[in-house]
Amino acid sequence: MSKKNLFQKVWESHQVGQLENGQTQLFVGRHLIHEVTSPQAFGMLKERGLPVRYPERTFATVDHIVPTDEVNEPYSDPLADAMIKELRKNCEETGVTFFDVGSGKQGIVHVVGPEQGLTQPGMTIACGDSHTSTHGAFGAIAFGVGTSQVRDLLATQTLALSPLKVRRIEVNGDLSPGVYAKDVILHIIRKLGVNGGTGYAYEYAGDVFDSFSMEERMTSCNMSIEGGARVGYVNPDQKTYEYLKGKPYSPAGIEWEKAINVWSELASDEDCEYDDVVKFDASEISPTVTWGINPSQAIFINENIPNPVNLSGTEETSVTEALEYMQLEAGSPIKGTPIDVAFIGSCTNGRISDLEEVATRLNGHKVKEGIKAIVVPGSQIVSKIAEEKGLDKAFINAGFEWRNAGCSMCLAMNPDKLVGDQLCASSSNRNFKGRQGSPTGRTMLMSPLMVAAAAISGKIADSREIFPN
Amino acid sequence: MSGQAVYVPGDDIDTDRIIPARFMKCVTFDGLGEYLFYDVRHDSNDNLTGHALNKPEFSKASIMISGMNFGCGSSREHAPQSLFRAGFRAIIAGNFAEIFFGNSINLGMPCVSLNQSDRNTLVSLTVEDPSISVEIDLINSTIKVGDKDFLFDIREGARDSLLNGKWDPIDELLSKSEDIEKVSTSLIYK
Repeated sequence: MSKKNLFQKVWESHQVGQLENGQTQLFVGRHLIHEVTSPQAFGMLKERGLPVRYPERTFATVDHIVPTDEVNEPYSDPLADAMIKELRKNCEETGVTFFDVGSGKQGIVHVVGPEQGLTQPGMTIACGDSHTSTHGAFGAIAFGVGTSQVRDLLATQTLALSPLKVRRIEVNGDLSPGVYAKDVILHIIRKLGVNGGTGYAYEYAGDVFDSFSMEERMTSCNMSIEGGARVGYVNPDQKTYEYLKGKPYSPAGIEWEKAINVWSELASDEDCEYDDVVKFDASEISPTVTWGINPSQAIFINENIPNPVNLSGTEETSVTEALEYMQLEAGSPIKGTPIDVAFIGSCTNGRISDLEEVATRLNGHKVKEGIKAIVVPGSQIVSKIAEEKGLDKAFINAGFEWRNAGCSMCLAMNPDKLVGDQLCASSSNRNFKGRQGSPTGRTMLMSPLMVAAAAISGKIADSREIFPN
Repeated sequence: MSGQAVYVPGDDIDTDRIIPARFMKCVTFDGLGEYLFYDVRHDSNDNLTGHALNKPEFSKASIMISGMNFGCGSSREHAPQSLFRAGFRAIIAGNFAEIFFGNSINLGMPCVSLNQSDRNTLVSLTVEDPSISVEIDLINSTIKVGDKDFLFDIREGARDSLLNGKWDPIDELLSKSEDIEKVSTSLIYK
């Protein structure tokens, strides 16, 4: 039998057939939906009189537009209110399970899927959201799709797709203290570029990914798309099984034993072929911060902001454009850049371990006066666990606002927005122009602990100095 | 297809820039054309800027020309929908982010890749004479402008779908009902 990588194994087991244009008709076993990219798809279905083919394979939650500081409906934003009601109605009419705000299980779709056990090894998973790559942490092939494809999934549970090439990215050795999964993925994107992954699935491997927790793997897989890779995954192992055991939608009893048998065959075969292999040395990675307007424009905390004078061509143009937008001085240290807002949350870094890593170090620290600092748990379950552990109090005592679950200021479709040209130290995934709700707002991406260090200092700081232990 | 073209400069133009998230608070795609590139077309007082898309000479443009990695970031179909609804029928760029490319083809809006030096020539021709007709010939993979011909790239399957008028795969997907069920029952998860 020929040796295969995980991508090939999962792809083959889900192929329905070949389409006329040469693409594959691929079965997508798990479909996740949210309020922003699904209503038009339900509308298209209705227009054609088509039913939802496998309602039991689709799960919904509401995350992008939910306010994080008001609970009662109708929401003050009538558009947001209309969107949640539309999703509720669509789910009721079609029999799709909806983790609604009153369920205690609502949250960011990429946090909810794994914590419910809906995300499992060997699955194909799609969602009308580019950060669906997150679910690859479990050895699933998971990717974002557009709304017409959400329609295709609702109607047929399949998509017309072309297979991806696979690039194995190994990070070997040990990470230094204070260096997190977020720094690893920002470093990978910095080195391979925002479009380096176009046409590829990224297989993350090596000592660092082997030793990462499931939540750390999710942080890295989450940002694959920021490197242009629609899919990012880690081969499943014992940690994957341990995480999933006992989750509400995980297989149980004899089904669990069966699942483990299948899952244990999924990992890429030793000596299988890859289209490309890239290796990084973990010891070379430091806490990383973005200085520009795309996630590859990142440097280590002790480095200086690039100077376009030393560059040429399109690189010079893009650095100049970024520095102008970010109002940063070429060649100066990034450390010490004053901030206005600090945001901890998102599908990248809004999980319990992210919050715990910060909250347990806050004793004796206060958010700098004049800085708005908010913490938005990734889900209601994350929020509940955090409150049981007293993390909410640690944040509140230090001067952070403790909010309800949602996407919040990652993309600012709810009331949490930057104002004017405010600069935000953010644990989210995109630093695009205007991303956080103000057309001139500025974003610097970093790990949650680096965000906390910035909140306390009032400026970009080295978390290893602010939290020496 | 042919039409006038407008150049929107820059690499890595993301879908947040094409359509800012706040305009996605809607349950249909109607009216999205109005918000295309909103934040670069308007200043802080909501007045129109000097952006190419605001210039009367480009108001009839149906082809957009841009740089590398066009449409990166969010998977929002709102981005190609807003382009389409603003009257665009094709995009010429260095290359495209994958999800944006697929979303655009599904709308029947070709996304063709052109190398930088040809793009530069094409841009200067359209800037010199905004009314000049740009013709995209999918059969021969060429862009014709005046007496100039440029060879472009597009994924073969996408080109076939566009040429056969079958860019929307839904009917073909629906027709394989039994094969779909076979795969569904073969999987260990429901």
